[in-house]
Amino acid sequence: MTSTIDPAVNLEAKTSSSLQQNPSRTSRRSRTLAAIVLGTLFLGAIIFSPWILGESGLSTVLTQRNQPPTWSHPFGTDWLGRDMLMRSLHGLSLSLRIGLLAASISAFIGTSLGLAAGTFGGWVDAVIIWIVDVFFSLPHLVLLILIAFSVGGGTRGVIIAVALTHWTNLARIIRAEVLQVNSADYIHLSRQFGKSSLWIARHHMMPHIVPQLIVGLILLFPHAILHEAALSFIGIGLSPHLPAVGIILAESMRHLSTGYWWLGVMPGLLLLLSVKAFDWVGENLRILLAPKTSQE
Amino acid sequence: MLSLSNLSVTFTQYDRGLRRKQLRVITDLNLDVQAGEVVAVVGASGSGKSLLAHALLGILPQNAVMSGTMTFQGEPLTPHRCRLLRGKAIVLIPQSVGYLDPLMTVGPQVQRVAQLTGRTKAAAKTAVKKTFTRYGLPAKTFDLYPFQLSGGMARRVLVSTAVVTPAQLVIADEPTPGLHPDVVSETLTHLRELADAGRGVILITHDIAAALKIADRVAVFYAGTTVEIAAGRDFFTGKLRHPYTQALWRSLPQNEFLPVPGNQPNLEQLPQGCLFKDRCPWVDDLCREERPALRELNDGWVRCFHAEG
Amino acid sequence: MRLGLLLIAVAIFTFVLLSLSPIDPVQAYIGADMMQISADQQALIAERWGLDQPFWNRFLDWLGQILQGNLGVSLVFNRPVSEVIAARFQASLQMLAIAWLLSGLLGLALGTLAGAVAGSWIDRVIRLYAYTLAAAPTFWVALLLLIVFAVSWRIAPVCCAAPPGVLSQNVTVWQHLHHLLLPAMTLSIIGIANITLHTRQKLIEVLHSDYVLFALAQGENLWNIVRYHGLRNILLPAITLQFASLSELFGGSVLVEQVFAYPGLGEATVQGALRSDVPLLVGIVFFSALFVYIGNTLADLAYPIIDPRIRLGGQMNR
Repeated sequence: MTSTIDPAVNLEAKTSSSLQQNPSRTSRRSRTLAAIVLGTLFLGAIIFSPWILGESGLSTVLTQRNQPPTWSHPFGTDWLGRDMLMRSLHGLSLSLRIGLLAASISAFIGTSLGLAAGTFGGWVDAVIIWIVDVFFSLPHLVLLILIAFSVGGGTRGVIIAVALTHWTNLARIIRAEVLQVNSADYIHLSRQFGKSSLWIARHHMMPHIVPQLIVGLILLFPHAILHEAALSFIGIGLSPHLPAVGIILAESMRHLSTGYWWLGVMPGLLLLLSVKAFDWVGENLRILLAPKTSQE
Repeated sequence: MLSLSNLSVTFTQYDRGLRRKQLRVITDLNLDVQAGEVVAVVGASGSGKSLLAHALLGILPQNAVMSGTMTFQGEPLTPHRCRLLRGKAIVLIPQSVGYLDPLMTVGPQVQRVAQLTGRTKAAAKTAVKKTFTRYGLPAKTFDLYPFQLSGGMARRVLVSTAVVTPAQLVIADEPTPGLHPDVVSETLTHLRELADAGRGVILITHDIAAALKIADRVAVFYAGTTVEIAAGRDFFTGKLRHPYTQALWRSLPQNEFLPVPGNQPNLEQLPQGCLFKDRCPWVDDLCREERPALRELNDGWVRCFHAEG
Repeated sequence: MRLGLLLIAVAIFTFVLLSLSPIDPVQAYIGADMMQISADQQALIAERWGLDQPFWNRFLDWLGQILQGNLGVSLVFNRPVSEVIAARFQASLQMLAIAWLLSGLLGLALGTLAGAVAGSWIDRVIRLYAYTLAAAPTFWVALLLLIVFAVSWRIAPVCCAAPPGVLSQNVTVWQHLHHLLLPAMTLSIIGIANITLHTRQKLIEVLHSDYVLFALAQGENLWNIVRYHGLRNILLPAITLQFASLSELFGGSVLVEQVFAYPGLGEATVQGALRSDVPLLVGIVFFSALFVYIGNTLADLAYPIIDPRIRLGGQMNR
């Protein structure tokens, strides 16, 4: 459940005795770029951690069972003595990869439908809008459960369910962009000049659509990942044998009353940080690519 | 009463890719206004005239930087003083009903304006109703929403917002566009009445013909700066000083209806030298290099090296 | 009627999905006893249910049943689905109602505050809180609260709607509320985030409007502007948002009830899905669609009441 909010602008002016620009040390542009790079590196590290760190820490070591977080085990250990940080990284890497896959498919669907609705208009548009309305008539999680259940659950179920339900917002945005560009005067002029639809699509449409697509895609990931985790937590998602984050959290519930809080809190915290990283990268990309109201 | 000297306003904006650009919307503006007179600020649409009003009230957006001096009634007009005076000593008559809260009836809104000047709620309400009646608005106008007002009624309500205050300086921002000629005349008459009652009125407009009907003096605005300050009658006696003013006069439908060739300069990169040089028939090397200062000429002011009496 | 069309669409959608699914209705019904039934018996059952009929016949049969209010029998609970939904919804409703009101009021308050002082440290703190919460997995937040309040501090029960072993008629009002407290608080806390952020955004938009600029020019200070113009103009989006949040709350309740083992409709949904209780699942899908629809309709009804332009529109004056 992420949101897109623009930076605030206050209401009164500032006066200066001389007309100097403020020479800021780190300009806004470089700060934005730095944020994007840092966020991407963090996420990349998590995704690739299984290959970088290997399987160490995942084997059963009965002598260090149920230890709270310490320097040697920052996330503590579980009831089999396995290092929770390693388990979390592996689980999160899996969840992120699955989320990315499902979100990408969803983005593809969303873009195609958005383009189709905006370009063809008429009954194509009406049908697509109607489908979007039907999707919105059910609570998102209920829809996910229904679809995952229908296709038999499991990893496949989760991917299909998430892919089929996250495209609506992106489709709406892309459709709006297409409609807006299409109605602009310069498009009419282009057609008068005899430019083909393909040319118009490439030179006029793409510059508007691509930024929205990129930002929309990146901001879609956290939703997809959170929903995959939710489905796995409930038990309809990934197989319990896979170390996905939702599974880890579901398992941790069995040990709650014994007071082993780190089993649930720490992996969830890592998931939270990953989601925030995606939001951070997405928002900064948006500022970079389309700073419409970003005036400072 | 009001004196502006070398006023400049610059905006910082961000383009795609976060490239920063600076727009200098007002450059070296000079103006003064006395009590009892109407000074028209005339210029093409989008030449930064409305921003002048905002600057006087101290309500420019935060990405604006202002420099120069403003003096009101002998004291400097600092941001602090702006905040104290606005709505009480300096008021704005806005362009349209878009400047009124769409979900509130107009009566209470104008009443609020009156209350802010120190009146009690009851006194304010009476003042508003009196003003509405004076301007010929039916009694039920008090309970109408902005969207329910016709063009003429809207204009009169907007003028009332200034009348219910004791303000000495009234700034009317583009009060005439899109209105029926009768409504335009009526509005201009109301503004003249305000001046005759002892207030100072700044009339910001792009409609010179309308401005000349009531203006005592006219400040001509180009690319963010004053290029001439003339008396109203100078337009009719052919005493115009600046080439832009002359071109503007000629461009009127009732005159030769000749458009002014060329375009306004890019506010991101104001050219060296005179801002009018690309469109001026008198341009030479001097004005290409140096920007002229405002100088007195024939009881008026002009920003040009070549203007003669 | 729009509702009718929508529900039919949902019906078609659901039916198609379930038909395409690899779920064998007979196996779903029989469950573990599948081993002990011969192929002939399976065929008999299939015939009795009309499973050997072509698609459209089955669909219309099924639709007919639904329209008559016959949602079938729940496999998990062994009672009519409508009964299960009614009972379970009663439990969830209390939790949802509390969360809806709290998240709405607090969200409005926080969002307005943040929007009014946008850019200040108060705004930053509120935004940090809201963004973090919005990015957090719902079930993890529930887990966190459970650990802190139930396990560590022991001021709330660890699970369920009543103390274990107590008969339902003997549960006191206090015990009931005590068990309701944590799930309701959890759902509220999660719901506040989105409402805060959207309210803040709307207020910022309003504060950049022309009429607010004019109010400023009149000498009005910030708080009066928010009071007289801000609240009024964000009321409509706020109400829309509030009713739209019902959908998210319903989804959230599924996860929260799972964590707290609270026997509401959300928990029933999970049970239905895990144990292939098709009738129950379908019933809940329909019910949730109805729930969301009612929410949206109520929001639509509020529009003319609040916006005079819609109520009076078209009445011009000379």
